[in-house]
Amino acid sequence: MSRRLGDRAGSLGLHGFLVFYALLTLTPFVWAVLTSFKSVREIALAESILPVALNLNAYRQILGSEFSTWFYNSMSVAIIVTIASVAANTLAGYALARFRFVGRKSIFQALLLIIMVPAQVTMIPAFLIVARMGLADTHTALVLTSVVNIGSIFMMRQFFINFPTDIEEAAKLDGCSPIATFVCIVLPMAAPALATQAIFIFMGVWNEFMKPLLYISSVDNYMLTQGLNAAAKQYEKSAAWNIIMAGSIVSIVPILLIYIGLNKYFLTLNDQTAGSK
Amino acid sequence: MSAIAKVSKIDKVAGVSKIDNSGRSNRDARTAWAFLAPTLLLTALFMLGPVLFALYASTQKMDLIGGHSSWAGLKNLDYLLDDHKFWAACRNTLRYVLFVVPAQTVLALVLACVLNSRIRFKRGFVTLLFLPTLTSSAAMTMIFMWLFNNNGLVTQFIQTHTGITIRFLSDPAWALPVIMLMNVFSTTPHFMIVFLAGLQNIPRNLYEAMALDGAGPVARHWYISVPQLAPITFYVVTMGLIGCFQVFDQAFIMSGGDGGPEDSTLTFTLLIYHFAFKTYNTMGLACMLAVVLTVIILSATTLMNRFIKSDGSNA
Repeated sequence: MSRRLGDRAGSLGLHGFLVFYALLTLTPFVWAVLTSFKSVREIALAESILPVALNLNAYRQILGSEFSTWFYNSMSVAIIVTIASVAANTLAGYALARFRFVGRKSIFQALLLIIMVPAQVTMIPAFLIVARMGLADTHTALVLTSVVNIGSIFMMRQFFINFPTDIEEAAKLDGCSPIATFVCIVLPMAAPALATQAIFIFMGVWNEFMKPLLYISSVDNYMLTQGLNAAAKQYEKSAAWNIIMAGSIVSIVPILLIYIGLNKYFLTLNDQTAGSK
Repeated sequence: MSAIAKVSKIDKVAGVSKIDNSGRSNRDARTAWAFLAPTLLLTALFMLGPVLFALYASTQKMDLIGGHSSWAGLKNLDYLLDDHKFWAACRNTLRYVLFVVPAQTVLALVLACVLNSRIRFKRGFVTLLFLPTLTSSAAMTMIFMWLFNNNGLVTQFIQTHTGITIRFLSDPAWALPVIMLMNVFSTTPHFMIVFLAGLQNIPRNLYEAMALDGAGPVARHWYISVPQLAPITFYVVTMGLIGCFQVFDQAFIMSGGDGGPEDSTLTFTLLIYHFAFKTYNTMGLACMLAVVLTVIILSATTLMNRFIKSDGSNA
């Protein structure tokens, strides 16, 4: 009887802790949303937490400015990179898991070694190579340097290793070429892993700051992250935090939608390889 | 019949039938290389090449715009060791790592353990708690800059409840802690998910056995979850170290690129960026600093490996 009570109290405690941390997590975002609906005067006076009225001025200004160009830039680059990257990484992971060939082990080990090198070592020379190729200030540069994601290759390799080969062998006996087997049979079966990859890669590109800072220099080509930073510097001087917050919130919405949409795949797959930042 | 013989790899004792797989393995090899081609090409061009170039450049005195370079040997290293900015970056980055890595690891572990027990709305909580990781560092930094602004929520809260006014972002003592807090906030959810996935692999009967012996929840987690999670903890700490030593975005955005106030937010990577693009003739210095950073990261992860084994025990 007392154990039941203890359980109850324990369960309450756990839920309470989670609710507390969830509220803590939400607070900055809620505060940002509330701020985005205030007027600059309200912000300066800082009288109340809630806005006086739902002032859409900030959003109107944001969506009318170059912000929409940057949004479009980020979206197109992210989509292109996600598709190309998932394709390339999955092919590579599959090759490393399935086929037996000379150099298989050494390639894998070399790839692992490369991720251990911090981005800073490669970032400047990569910039020089990009510039030498005449691709400075282009989105192509961003795409080319973002397509290879060794963490994803690693993940797909592990995934395919644990995957039964019966269906593929049956296809081979039926005369399917390796490419056909890959496209028609393997890819559909690997859907959860592909979805997980897609979320992480899209998120990585959408949120990337340092790379665009390096490769993109003209305002029209800015990605959303660096554009936001540039705009914020301007607006900070006039304390127009409502506009800065509006911009931040708008930049979060797409990735949030994608995450909610592909959520179920993401949670079921063992995620052990995505990088950290 | 021959197809089956080819598919199964029968390696009989010397003398008896040896299946000729060479035709098959050739085709396999060609397909494999074809599949790997795009990846290998891009890796060689944008990852391998740059690493080799950086090693070479660290020994040069290089002018980015003019394209000249001259041999400088270890003079770059000498210069760095004499530069007060270098030591400021060292201090800041080290402080940062020593706080953020343990904080995010422990918090992520605790959250994962709590989420793994019998909780209602588990999916809802996980989705909600993942929000900071989804947010870009740029957006997150801006939201935090507003929170800790002189008119911001946190500053006002502290003011009304304790009467103390702290100018967080312009105070050299507080700027870096704000960045630290922000980073723990944004990366903890990611590692929480990783730990959660690992916890789900631990068989429930272990916990039940301990519970029958009368162990409370904390003890159960300490004696079962923590040891079983050792390989995952190794991954979390390693990636945490690698990521934290390379902190750039938040420091850049918050200080406007200069590492202020008074060099208190100057990190290694910010200094590398500074040498590469903001000062003249110092590309070689930037590359040398990058090499130094690599050595530091490798040493830190090796040191950490002494304490946490990557293959964990499963006794």
